[in-house]
Amino acid sequence: MRARVLVVDDDPALSEMLGIVLRNEGFEPSFVSDGDQALAAFHATKPDLVLLDLMLPGMDGIDVCRAIRAESAAPIVMLTARADTVDVVTGLDSGADDYIVKPFKPKELVARIRARLRQPANSAGEILQIGDLGIDVDGHSVTRDGETIALTPLEFDLLVALARKPRLVFTRDQLLEQVWGYRHVSDTRLVNVHVQRLRAKVERDPEHPEIVVTVRGVGYKAGTS
Amino acid sequence: MRASPVAAGRALRHRWRASLQTRVVATTLILSATVSVGIGATILHQVRSGLLSSATRAAQSELGSGIERAEGQFLALPDDNPSAVERTAYGVVTELSGQQGDYQVVMLPSDGGLASYGPEGAVVSIPSSLRAAVTRSGREAWTYIKLRNGLSRSAGLAIGAPVQAGAVRYQLYYLFPLAREAATLRLVERTMLFAGAALVLLLVGIAAVVTREVVRPVRQAAATAERLAAGRLKERMQVRGEDDLATLAESFNRMADTLQQQISKLREMSRLQRRFVADVSHELRTPITTIRMAADVLHESSEALPPEVTRSSELLQAQLDRFESLLADLLEISRYDAGAAVLEAEPIDLVHLVKQVITLAAPLADRRHSPIEADLPDTPVIVDVDARRIDRVLRNLVTNALEHGEGQPVEVRLRAGTDGVAVTVRDHGVGLRPGDASLVFGRFWRADPARARSTGGTGLGLSIALEDVRLHGGWLQAWGEPGQGTVFRMTLPLHAGGAVSSSPLPLEPVADTDAEMTGLR
Repeated sequence: MRARVLVVDDDPALSEMLGIVLRNEGFEPSFVSDGDQALAAFHATKPDLVLLDLMLPGMDGIDVCRAIRAESAAPIVMLTARADTVDVVTGLDSGADDYIVKPFKPKELVARIRARLRQPANSAGEILQIGDLGIDVDGHSVTRDGETIALTPLEFDLLVALARKPRLVFTRDQLLEQVWGYRHVSDTRLVNVHVQRLRAKVERDPEHPEIVVTVRGVGYKAGTS
Repeated sequence: MRASPVAAGRALRHRWRASLQTRVVATTLILSATVSVGIGATILHQVRSGLLSSATRAAQSELGSGIERAEGQFLALPDDNPSAVERTAYGVVTELSGQQGDYQVVMLPSDGGLASYGPEGAVVSIPSSLRAAVTRSGREAWTYIKLRNGLSRSAGLAIGAPVQAGAVRYQLYYLFPLAREAATLRLVERTMLFAGAALVLLLVGIAAVVTREVVRPVRQAAATAERLAAGRLKERMQVRGEDDLATLAESFNRMADTLQQQISKLREMSRLQRRFVADVSHELRTPITTIRMAADVLHESSEALPPEVTRSSELLQAQLDRFESLLADLLEISRYDAGAAVLEAEPIDLVHLVKQVITLAAPLADRRHSPIEADLPDTPVIVDVDARRIDRVLRNLVTNALEHGEGQPVEVRLRAGTDGVAVTVRDHGVGLRPGDASLVFGRFWRADPARARSTGGTGLGLSIALEDVRLHGGWLQAWGEPGQGTVFRMTLPLHAGGAVSSSPLPLEPVADTDAEMTGLR
């Protein structure tokens, strides 16, 4: 089945070009150019992934991102012209899974999209434990004391990656490769923001994390129960 | 308890140094007290000598007339009648003795064997030194004495002269009490002391008031300047009256106004600049993205196209890459120019980062036939840095070294010190001409303008690297000699916001065997 991608961008030339590239790569793109109509288009097309430009007429990209995230866990990849940390972090904080800075190479974009759409390998009923959390890899669910914690697929992947090798300390680059599918790209902001978001959901006290523990100067590891 | 006087002394010294008012008041106190004491002492001395000299003159004239009368009486005596002489002497003393008890008269014999005449207290009050002086000189002599009266003593003046009484010699003494003079002196003394103290107090008070008047606005100005410096640009001084200090306050406020205007103007300019950069960024990047994708699609299908179109699409690709990196570098440098660069430091292992950069540079090293020789510590070196920026700096230095390395090895060294960490990257290429070491960080600088630019560098890489390192509070330096290659050294503080005092690695390479051999040849 062809994966559906919703492109939210106000630049017609870029949208059209994105459409050509995405179709070539076997995706099924649909387009919306106005922030105000983005949510309606999202409902109508039920995309597997959203490509979202941050600067939009009407509703701002950040708000669109928040609105989509509020009702769906669908992966969101932001397109941004600004690599400034504030913009990137704001975008990630509003719920985006990944971002790509213009101008990008088409291959890079496709790699990011594929990484987000990648189906997890068959895990054969794998059940993981991290701290006091239970992780059902197949069922894509995380529970604490019988209560389900809702995570986005990316946050889930991040947690699973850590939980699978509880004694291993992951560097940010290793996490980028395993979870985001990046190679040879150092972007610690991406990892940091998502770890903060994950902690906000799974930690009892995000100020004193026990599930995702920082190893100073190296990276992160799973907390011991 | 032992420390408290020391502490008090220190506090006093501090007050002395820190407070203009204290200093002025204390100086006034010391000076005016010294002058008052001096003037007082002089006046007292004058009054005292004036009083005493008039008393002495009165005594002398009294004695003179006394001697005259005594000698007249003695002359009238028949010769050689000792009892008559004694009677006369007694009579003279009685006659001369003060009517109102103003003074006492004593007749003493010059040689032993004769009696003394006069009140008992007065006789014992005459010091032997005076008697000796009168005897020796044979003329009048005087001195100040203590007048004895029973047990009490009071100030007095004794004056005496020899008197010829026929065959024998007597000495006639007058003893004057100086009680009145002493009382006058005491009164003058008390008055002077009081007046002096009042004067000193007055002067100190005036000094305190005047300095406070002067110091208060100065202190206010200092405090206001302090607040202005802390960024509270709306702070102003109070202007009161129209005197010099009001002028100070007005000038100060005008200066603050100008400063505030300049700063807000600069802020506005910087804001506009940043805004412009962001807008340009967005406006340029979107079309470039489209162009880039279109070029890519063309390139993908180039097999079906004629060779010149294929080559064209390749050129388009390559130049788009160059254009993109130039745009990225321009935006980065303008961010620095606008002061909009923010350091996002977090602890990372610098050894790991250097290894990663070397790994990524391996393909280029292969192409250039320049092996990279790494000399790194075995243990992690954790440094608070902005990983993105330092990664960019290291990549830039290593790429530069490989491109100018002429196929010779490139050496990468890392050493940690107590407060800093240094990374040096050395190539053995053509090196730098004298004076170029400071120019390499200039924008769009090229070692040899005539030399073809084979690499894709933008000419901004080292300028950005320098800004990146400076943002960390570190140093980026270059060394080079023709034929000796080039060394770049990055020194970073271990902790964000820290400072480096010295670099753990030398900038100039220590004379290694290669260099020595070159020197011998």
